[in-house]
Amino acid sequence: MSEASAPPAPASGGRASMRKELPEHFKAYKHVWVFVEYEHGQIHPVSLELLGEGRKLADKLNAELAGVLIGADRDQLAAAAATCHEYGADLVYLTVDPIYEQYRNEPFTRAMTELVNTFKPEILLLGATTLGRDLAGSVATTLLTGLTADSTELAIDDERSLAATRPTFGGSLLCTIHTLNYRPQMATVRPRVMPMPTPQPGRSGRIVEHKPDLVEEDIVTKVLRFIPDRQSDTAQLAYADIVVAGGLGLRSAENFQLVKALAEVLGAEHGGSRPLVQKGWITADRQIGQTGKTIRPKLYIAAGISGAIQHRVGVEGADLIVAINIDPNAPIFDFAHVGVVADAVEFLPALTQTFAERLSVNRLAG
Amino acid sequence: MSQMHIVVCIKQVPDSAQIRVHPVTNTIMRQGVPTIINPCDLFSLEEALRWRDRLGGEVTVLTMGPPTAAESLRKALAFGADRAVLLTDRYFAGSDTLATSFALTQAIAKVSDMWGAPDLVFCGKQTIDGDTAQVGPGIASRLGLNQLTYVASIASIDQEAGTIEAERRAEGGVQVLSTRLPALVTMLEGSNEMRRGSMASALAAATAEIVTWSAADAGIEDLTKCGLRGSPTVVKKVFAPLARSEKAEQIAAARRPTDEIAAELMETIFARQPAIESDLMRFASGQ
Repeated sequence: MSEASAPPAPASGGRASMRKELPEHFKAYKHVWVFVEYEHGQIHPVSLELLGEGRKLADKLNAELAGVLIGADRDQLAAAAATCHEYGADLVYLTVDPIYEQYRNEPFTRAMTELVNTFKPEILLLGATTLGRDLAGSVATTLLTGLTADSTELAIDDERSLAATRPTFGGSLLCTIHTLNYRPQMATVRPRVMPMPTPQPGRSGRIVEHKPDLVEEDIVTKVLRFIPDRQSDTAQLAYADIVVAGGLGLRSAENFQLVKALAEVLGAEHGGSRPLVQKGWITADRQIGQTGKTIRPKLYIAAGISGAIQHRVGVEGADLIVAINIDPNAPIFDFAHVGVVADAVEFLPALTQTFAERLSVNRLAG
Repeated sequence: MSQMHIVVCIKQVPDSAQIRVHPVTNTIMRQGVPTIINPCDLFSLEEALRWRDRLGGEVTVLTMGPPTAAESLRKALAFGADRAVLLTDRYFAGSDTLATSFALTQAIAKVSDMWGAPDLVFCGKQTIDGDTAQVGPGIASRLGLNQLTYVASIASIDQEAGTIEAERRAEGGVQVLSTRLPALVTMLEGSNEMRRGSMASALAAATAEIVTWSAADAGIEDLTKCGLRGSPTVVKKVFAPLARSEKAEQIAAARRPTDEIAAELMETIFARQPAIESDLMRFASGQ
């Protein structure tokens, strides 16, 4: 990806024609790995999504799929490994030591790079979470290999190369990126970009244990405390079934209450477009779009959001997109499934009322 | 005790709100698109300036980019940075994250030679154009700096003891971390509020010298690690997102009472996604 400000190279000539044969020492690199984010007794859902995607890539390559689990509690990790097997992993690399109780860059980078150098994967996928992005950059730089961040589509081309497609320039363009002469090919993927696979209960696999020669005294960074978010404070946006969001069409911070009111009636999460964060109407953790959260709800209601490309990128995975906008030419109507041309400020209270009435009838009947 | 030296890496980016794609060639139409300092970098710059003001010392801002990136460095000087370095060379064109972290690392080494090794290096959390969040960790790995990303606040910096304590946004909570200097920090957006630069800094910035280095000036000998040649990733294809073939089903809204439109919308939602209706009914009955 072009991190310098040069525009992406043209598709013909340029870098595309620079393909050389893979250096001999990289030819031993086989199999697809997923770094499984395991913290506070839980596997991050993005890791399961990646196991589903990794399974497809491994099948295409006729290779194995491995999960990498790094942590401190052997029993918990064994249970997590079993989950990885059910979600498609043929084997799980397990690194267990008290030093991995909580994520820290230094020991995790060390464990990960050592695993890669020992067992040589062809592809390594990580979730684009705060942890995954912290780790991926360090691992790729230590290994001096290529990394495609925030991929939205992964495929294997005719030459067994990983084709990672990602939005660029705020989603205005998509580019497909390859790591030709280095291994492993690394990519991160944001939560909710890939669908959650269906587990196969009872599916089992192997476990391979490996641990670097590293002790607590070697590690400079110490975790003094961990302060868990209170459930009520955390926007569970990415994984909500229903999301109601507002944009500048609401005209004022006060009117954002209309979005919250509808969300409350529906038991939904609320969020907003990027300009609302910039205006301070909502906090950054409730921003939906390319630079905020990617969502994949069953129902997404966008009120007063014009639908800039960078917003579209974050909501396209929704099963049903409903747009309310006063401008019949707003780009959001190009990707919404159902549209209402109306002033969101006038229309939202009526919609909230309609749902509330229907649901209260049900409440009385129930 | 020596003074603090803080290096802040920034990037000049096109203002994404104003980007347009050429409909035929699928290239970014840059002409007339204003450039800005990458918004995330401002939180890191402000944090660096605050700690310099508190502890004394100097802030050096560093960017890699075309000669026009000098404009963003001038803005950083106007905010109160002490020195600005522009790394610019055609050899850097087409750098991916690995090649970018290599070039910036070399430049930071040169900065260290000239003005002292930094106690802290700040980077933006991510850029709005590349959006990778990988260059900061790349620099930290290459320079062996202790890495603190997604920092919400820096509680303390003890230069004598060589320690820093910070709150880092993690998945599901906040980690309070302590590590040793030198460290690399990326700040979360919203973690502070950018100052208005003083009139004096603004005037000084307008005529200040921008230290400008080519690859050779920065002491980079191995040009194969720079730009396109130094980038393991290759952009094979660039294309515009596909338009959805199906247009939105419009609920007719003209000259109708709002509650009637709302009722039709609700029924349309339930008809298209029956599971939503049953989910909502279960939610409403408190199950």
